[in-house]
Amino acid sequence: MSDALPIEVTSPTPLLELRGISKEFPGVKALDDVSFAVFPGEVHMLLGENGAGKSSLMKVLCGAYSADAGEFYYKGQKVAIGSAADAQKLGIAVIFQEFSLVPHLDIAQNIFLGREPKGRIPGTIDRRKILADAKRVLGTIGFDIDPSTIVDKLGVAQQQMVEIAKAISQNARILVMDEPTAALSDRETELLFALIARLKADGVSIVYISHRMAEVFALGDRITVLRDGRRIDGVRPADVTPDQLVRMMVGRTVDMTYPRNFADKPGELLLEVKGLSSSTGISDINIEVRRGEIVGLCGLVGSGRSEVARAIFGADPVSAGEIIFDGKTISGEPDLAARRGIALIPESRKSEGLALLRSVSDNLVVSALRKLFPSGLFDQRSAQRTSDGLIRQLRIATPSARQTVGLLSGGNQQKVVIGKWLAAGSKLFIFDEPTRGIDIGAKSEIFALIDRLVAEGAAALMISSEQVEICHVCDRAYVMREGRIAGHLTRNELTEENIVRLGMHHA
Amino acid sequence: MTDISKEAIVPPRSFLSQDAIQVFYRLLAALLICAVLAVLSDSFLSLGNILNVLRQASLTFFIASGLTLVVLTAGLDLSVGANVALSACIAGTVIHKTGSPALGILTGLACGGIVGLLNGVMVTALRIPSFIATYGMLWVLNGLTYWYMAGETLHGFPAGFRQIGSGYLFGLPIPVYLLLVFLGIGTLFAQRTIWGQEIYAIGANPVAARLSGIPVARRLLLVYAVSGTMAGLASIIFLSRLNSAEADIGESLTLPAIAAVLIGGTSLFGGVGTVFGTFIGALILTLVLNGMNLLSVSANWQPLVTGIIVILAVWLDMKTRRRAQ
Repeated sequence: MSDALPIEVTSPTPLLELRGISKEFPGVKALDDVSFAVFPGEVHMLLGENGAGKSSLMKVLCGAYSADAGEFYYKGQKVAIGSAADAQKLGIAVIFQEFSLVPHLDIAQNIFLGREPKGRIPGTIDRRKILADAKRVLGTIGFDIDPSTIVDKLGVAQQQMVEIAKAISQNARILVMDEPTAALSDRETELLFALIARLKADGVSIVYISHRMAEVFALGDRITVLRDGRRIDGVRPADVTPDQLVRMMVGRTVDMTYPRNFADKPGELLLEVKGLSSSTGISDINIEVRRGEIVGLCGLVGSGRSEVARAIFGADPVSAGEIIFDGKTISGEPDLAARRGIALIPESRKSEGLALLRSVSDNLVVSALRKLFPSGLFDQRSAQRTSDGLIRQLRIATPSARQTVGLLSGGNQQKVVIGKWLAAGSKLFIFDEPTRGIDIGAKSEIFALIDRLVAEGAAALMISSEQVEICHVCDRAYVMREGRIAGHLTRNELTEENIVRLGMHHA
Repeated sequence: MTDISKEAIVPPRSFLSQDAIQVFYRLLAALLICAVLAVLSDSFLSLGNILNVLRQASLTFFIASGLTLVVLTAGLDLSVGANVALSACIAGTVIHKTGSPALGILTGLACGGIVGLLNGVMVTALRIPSFIATYGMLWVLNGLTYWYMAGETLHGFPAGFRQIGSGYLFGLPIPVYLLLVFLGIGTLFAQRTIWGQEIYAIGANPVAARLSGIPVARRLLLVYAVSGTMAGLASIIFLSRLNSAEADIGESLTLPAIAAVLIGGTSLFGGVGTVFGTFIGALILTLVLNGMNLLSVSANWQPLVTGIIVILAVWLDMKTRRRAQ
């Protein structure tokens, strides 16, 4: 707590200071004693891997989460941020990656949504005033556009400008921006940087979350690095190199009681993806997976990992390229991929992996119905016998196969999702964040299970944001960046630093 | 942090499944209504009245059983009544023109099935929400039927054909046999085939069902086609029982069928319910209307009572299920 003020202080009192902020969710400490100060007119870069606590900190700042512990000081005065209204009163505005604009209203209506100037007839809006006011606000950020334009017709960059104009019209003094350049072109990025310089000159402070090294050094006055919900360090760009920052971001530790037995020689080629592109934003993906291998697929959240998994499984339409599985080209819906022997264990098991209201048994046999009951006649007792076998084999903690699956813990639910593909006899298992929200014990069990699967001749493609897990269990890994494969790491090259380095934007 | 995996080990509440318990409650409710009516009215327990109740319930059930499958997938088919009307009019015309009841029956079933399939295409290929697709279909079918019939009434069918709706076999009305047959088939299909299992899975979570390798679109096509075909079957029974067909016979059929499904415990959110429950739902609905007739309550009150029963049934259902979760 004592190091609340990083390095030497530029101005005697910070505009906003957070001291010892903690926030816990069931099973995870999202923020752990984080202190953080924003000075007037500075750009404060917030850096960290997926899950380091950036989003949580942002949500605490804007009042969406209330902190479990810690204090807030505004210009040296102790304040409370318990709601979005509190944050707004202090002049804190957040520009999320998903804009909160109403698409079919015009720019002026969006800027003054909920604060429209009243017309003479009760219940009406003073149209002339709202347009004039909007014009003035847009002028202050140098955005020359007709305020009666419908927001739906604007590009991403222009919508972002409207969001900023809206924040400024609410007298925002601290602007929190979450990867604002993620969807912008180079030219648009330049314009945004010019606007940021202008806001800075007006004394507006900017908290800027970024994954691009170039931006961090071009824009930042100060850098705070988070890791595992803790503040690792606060530095000035002039005092560090990109490599040093990467080192600060990685270095997570995880208890892995399960050591993997790496195969000396991978088996035959099982999956070959050639030049795969889809409308979901992935392009020219080339991947090979052999029997007996666990292949990692890493990269930042949003880099297209899940989209690759879904395209291989047939869940998203493929626009170009070829998927060859077990020697044959496949294209079609998930039912075809599943029948051929591909399994997808999706990222959000509750919404995509399970029918929560149905029983453990119903969920375990759902992908294997055709295999278990070739005649088409379903037999509940036989289904339960199969399920009982899987429950024992996977050590699923459930009172019986008839238990509602929604009542199991996260780890046991995940085992049910895996179990349904075991029942189906799948050959390739695509895991999308298989250990998310699962306690450590269950994690090692799941890795042990994956290891056993590949040892028996299956193969696994594993997506994970936990680089340490990838390094621990994978034979090799592909790293994605902005919808493309940015690089491939062999077993020897597979380190957290290499993954982060390939996954970040260095341009 | 507590160990979640241990908390989850709760003993199962009952060895009966949730569905079985819900059906059991409904049987109790139906018996209770019977007991009350038996006390209040002397004629309720007469054989003639009981057979009459069963015969009436069967008509609602035929339509509602197919609809149950649709509702199990979290869909709705509002076109069933209009489908019955069109199928009856076309089947009636075929019988009049060809003199062959068999050809008429086949035409009626085919017409119903094709309409259902079209509903399925709109829901799967065009991704129109089922509520809207079948609502539009309702108007289209009404339009076709009114245009086709042009105010005419088809009347008078061969005696053999009329046996289907009004005949008796060993003292029981033939529709009651059909009711038992289709209750059996429907229950077997839903509970004892892999397609039935897949339909429940789709209703419980369509995204997970697709990602579990279930051919969701094909199963939905099947379900809507079955719903349409059952409407086609109902049209034959109607035609045979009324011995006539008019353009407007379908108008009073859809809402009672939906009521039977809901009273029977099938959730509009999908994944929960049974065909047997729908049978009891149709029975409860018919019993109440029958009782009101016997007690000389004005027919004007019937819609109100139906509405209250639907709301009560669904509310009790939600309450008991929530407790079970």
